[in-house]
Amino acid sequence: MNLIEIIALVLGALTIASGLMVVLSTHPVRSVLYLILTFFLISANYILLNAQFLAIVNIVVYAGAVMVLFLFVLMLLNLSKDNEPKASNLMKLAASVAAGVLVLVLLAAFRETTLVEMKTAVGANSEGLVENLGNLLFTKYVLPFELSSVLFIAAMVGAVLLSKKEKHLID
Amino acid sequence: MILATMLNSGISLEYYMILSTILFSIGVLGVLIRKNAIIVLMCVELMLNAVNLLLAAFSTYHGKGDGQIFVFFIMVVAAAEAAVGLSILVLLYRNRKTVDVGMFNKLKG
Repeated sequence: MNLIEIIALVLGALTIASGLMVVLSTHPVRSVLYLILTFFLISANYILLNAQFLAIVNIVVYAGAVMVLFLFVLMLLNLSKDNEPKASNLMKLAASVAAGVLVLVLLAAFRETTLVEMKTAVGANSEGLVENLGNLLFTKYVLPFELSSVLFIAAMVGAVLLSKKEKHLID
Repeated sequence: MILATMLNSGISLEYYMILSTILFSIGVLGVLIRKNAIIVLMCVELMLNAVNLLLAAFSTYHGKGDGQIFVFFIMVVAAAEAAVGLSILVLLYRNRKTVDVGMFNKLKG
């Protein structure tokens, strides 16, 4: 086992642990903070794949913008540990069994697959660099890229419209 | 350069498959186990990220950048989804004074 495999294993274990803490911590703000940690660790996994552009975008968009939005709403609603809704124990048991069975089924399906030998080793590749992805994004995928701006406009208008306080919306 | 040769040794694709499977299942567990609607939305984000990681891993192993462009578009859609979803949640909280998903049963009839 060489150094990079040890790093990968530690990183994977940390990612899973902090992902579990998102679900298991009872305080909502702590869940958000653990989710930010999980996103940083997933970014580290992207760097391990030499997908540098995705690593940066993941930190800027997810750990930066989206999670700040979540934290903001959470603090706006003023939720504390006391009024945190609790699931029943039976529900928790059933959910744990369901998620565990999902892991087992998927891993059992993976065991039967045979992976095609790929031409490049991980880390030796360069398609994850900003230059190559930018070339691809502005040539082959330029139409979806421009259309995503329309999606953002629609989302922004929708969010503003929903958040506006209107008398007839509140019954 | 040392880093590049170190990375050349490579991590198997199975590592990423197992990691993203477990992360996705943690997301499913969170959606099922938590009753706070904001945490449920967060767990959906976690599931999306697990899929993103797997897509990026497959793209890297395939030696083409297209998969990573898809990951980029998934992030775009997820950001829009989070914005709209959270504003719907704020509206629901204003109406019902709770974020418990068990209490949103008005459509049940």
